[in-house]
Amino acid sequence: MMSETFSLTVNGKAETVSALPDTPLIYVLRNQLGLKGVRYGCGLEQCGCCTVLVDGAPAFACSQAVEATAGASVETIEGLGRADAPHPLQQAFMDLQAGQCGYCLAGILMAAKALLAANPNPTRQDIVTALDGHLCRCGAHTRIIAAIQQAAKVMGASA
Amino acid sequence: MSKLTGSLIANPRMDRWISFLDDKTARVASGKVEIGQGVVTALHQIAAEELNLPLDRVTLVSGDTDIGPDEMYTTSSLSISMSGGSIRLVAAEAVVLLKERAALRLNCAPDDLSVVDGVFMQNGAETGLDYWSVAGEIDWSRAASANAEPKAASDYTIVGQSTPRLDLPAKVSGAAFVHDAAPDDVTHARILRQPGAEASLVRLDEAAIKRAAKAEISVYLEKNFVAFLGQDEAAVERAAAAAPLHAEWQNALNIPAAAAEAAWLPDQPAVERELGDVDASEVDGARVSLTVSRPYVAHASLGPSCALAHMDTDGQLKIWSHGQGMHNLRKNIGAALDIDIENIWAKHLHGPGCYGHNGADDAALDAAILARAHPGQTIRVQWRREEEFGYEPLGPAMLVRAEAVVDSAGNPVQWTADVWSPVHVQRPGNPAVVMLGGQALLPPPAWEPPVDPGEERGGGGTRNAFPLYKTGSQRVRHHLTERAPIRTSALRGLGALPNVVAIEGLMDELAARADIDPLAYRLNLLEDPRAQAVVERAGAIAGWDKRGPGGEGEGMGFAFARYKNTAAYCAVIVALTVEEEVTLNGIWTVSDAGLVINPSGARNQLEGGCVQGASWALKEQAKFEGEGITTLDWDSYPILRFSEVPEITAELMDMPDEPTLGVGECSVGPTAAAIANGITHALGTRIHDMPFTRDRVMAALMR
Repeated sequence: MMSETFSLTVNGKAETVSALPDTPLIYVLRNQLGLKGVRYGCGLEQCGCCTVLVDGAPAFACSQAVEATAGASVETIEGLGRADAPHPLQQAFMDLQAGQCGYCLAGILMAAKALLAANPNPTRQDIVTALDGHLCRCGAHTRIIAAIQQAAKVMGASA
Repeated sequence: MSKLTGSLIANPRMDRWISFLDDKTARVASGKVEIGQGVVTALHQIAAEELNLPLDRVTLVSGDTDIGPDEMYTTSSLSISMSGGSIRLVAAEAVVLLKERAALRLNCAPDDLSVVDGVFMQNGAETGLDYWSVAGEIDWSRAASANAEPKAASDYTIVGQSTPRLDLPAKVSGAAFVHDAAPDDVTHARILRQPGAEASLVRLDEAAIKRAAKAEISVYLEKNFVAFLGQDEAAVERAAAAAPLHAEWQNALNIPAAAAEAAWLPDQPAVERELGDVDASEVDGARVSLTVSRPYVAHASLGPSCALAHMDTDGQLKIWSHGQGMHNLRKNIGAALDIDIENIWAKHLHGPGCYGHNGADDAALDAAILARAHPGQTIRVQWRREEEFGYEPLGPAMLVRAEAVVDSAGNPVQWTADVWSPVHVQRPGNPAVVMLGGQALLPPPAWEPPVDPGEERGGGGTRNAFPLYKTGSQRVRHHLTERAPIRTSALRGLGALPNVVAIEGLMDELAARADIDPLAYRLNLLEDPRAQAVVERAGAIAGWDKRGPGGEGEGMGFAFARYKNTAAYCAVIVALTVEEEVTLNGIWTVSDAGLVINPSGARNQLEGGCVQGASWALKEQAKFEGEGITTLDWDSYPILRFSEVPEITAELMDMPDEPTLGVGECSVGPTAAAIANGITHALGTRIHDMPFTRDRVMAALMR
């Protein structure tokens, strides 16, 4: 089987990668492009750890083939903001200690970004619905919901 | 005078704990590691506070076998008292030594000096000396004495503040975990696991596996240890996914399905012990008993285990792991691979939450085996999801029967508990315990009777088996199952959860029998004012006085315990609705944890414990049959989801002058017990066996 070349936009930058067409996007992002914030959780679309945005919509990087992402725009946690220049979502998660081990957070933050883009003023129920495909084993759920609400407020105030 | 901690007795040299670096910072080391509980942030606060330095002049190194103390494992809600207590003493002593040295140089008395940002001041003016200008004149190899008096809590400015978590910035922005730390030229690896310690590999179709990989991989085969390696992670993943179909084993595990239930335990041979008031004579009175069970449960880390290892050509082995104790990991890997531990460096890096002994140590040995076979290469072993679920040690199933003899007023006058459980701790280091990679390479060691943690450490199956209530004589019969059907080991709280569910369930039954409100009934039987205060406060914030009559599907349940009867006090109230399933409407928890280092962090632990306790109570059961565990994904092993987590109110009592009591595990048992009691209140009948699933609710409704 032969590797093929795929072009995609990742965090706003044009990238060309070489991989077998069925290679899961997660390995391309982590190992070829060095975006280690994309987390392997289950490979089964059951936990949400690997969530990235593909053309603005949450997608499972563990199961989506690179071939299916060709030409698309991908955003990972590294594109959201940096620790020293955080996005309001990242800032709110740090402010509220909204996380314990933190393994679920990259996927949840990406899902939250997509939510706030579509719905800048979500209710608690809207957030719960958006995150129900995401697991958090440490039990930081209520803080995560509060952090997304805080970020929505901050972003709304500055919009 | 303070007393040396156990950690300081084991690691007396001050330079194991503290060093003053040329960049005008102090580096403080701990053997405890960050497992998502915020402990590194809290230890950092303690160090900065006691050194009178701002937080940014102190770094905290944790879990490094070269430069930190050996504090065994990060377990049992002991990190703040053990490691924090040690750091406090060492830092206080360091300040005294530095001040004495500066006073000598300045020809003044130490008491004439004060410290601002590490600079010595005299009469309000800088002296030209600071910590770093005199630190080099002190022999830090000296043993800690504990002779310096730490600061009074009333002088604290950093301890007691919710300073930001040090680990979260990386975790919300990119690479943060051992999973992410590999160099670009890393060799990726996956393992084909041996189905049981006795299983031997009789056939492996390497050609078929290589075809399935679709790109170049190599197969490493050593006795019953099989791994797939290569530069292309997707290819080694494809190989591992295909491998079970192309491998044939002899003597694989063959477990009967019945052994996966707690009800199987009482018929098994057991190591028998009696604890407590074993010589008390039988008291006459009515006997009321309650039997509850918890099934086998998984740690179910959100990320499967991972480790990196590298062996230099001169035989030095480096390991990066998310295990709970790096010094012990080094010893265990040294023993398994017959490598002198002086030639091994083990370093902790962040991992997904483990809540006890999961696959982390095994993954580290996997990586070490492969690194030894491939000198000069950095090996990255990533466990697969089904591997984590299939091969992590499980939290043991338990059956607990609590019985009270009751006087004419309805109060308990004698208490007896029977606890049936497999062993709770099989961390490597015990000679009878072998890590997975070790059992694939060596013949199994001779069977030895299991050993649970001793009562001085809080016990294993017997953890929290003795009620804190006035009950007359108390005894516990511990039936420690000789041969567990599956590997079991430490899971958050050990036996505390089922024991608290049994005690608190029986307390509710006794209160109902006496026709007294369950909260008032307990207050009458609690003698410790701190316990009483926690119980009363929980009732106040949850609106216990508005609790309905129950029986119509709406319930409110209460439970209380002091973790290990020595750590934090915790009361939990749960409001819930029972239709076909149990829906949680609200959780309120109050804890007395003594001096709290980082209140937001401590509340985070309480809240997380509530969610995890609720998840265990309502949803979780690891099942196994035949060759092993069959609950291998999140569909067959569901945990509590965002849509099932209610609002949680967590409150800490303000007790700054009391010693810190570990808070990490205290809310788990009371939450499960409050749910059990709330369901009983809602239905008018009790469900005895966890998890309280739809099927069990329906069966209870049919009764």
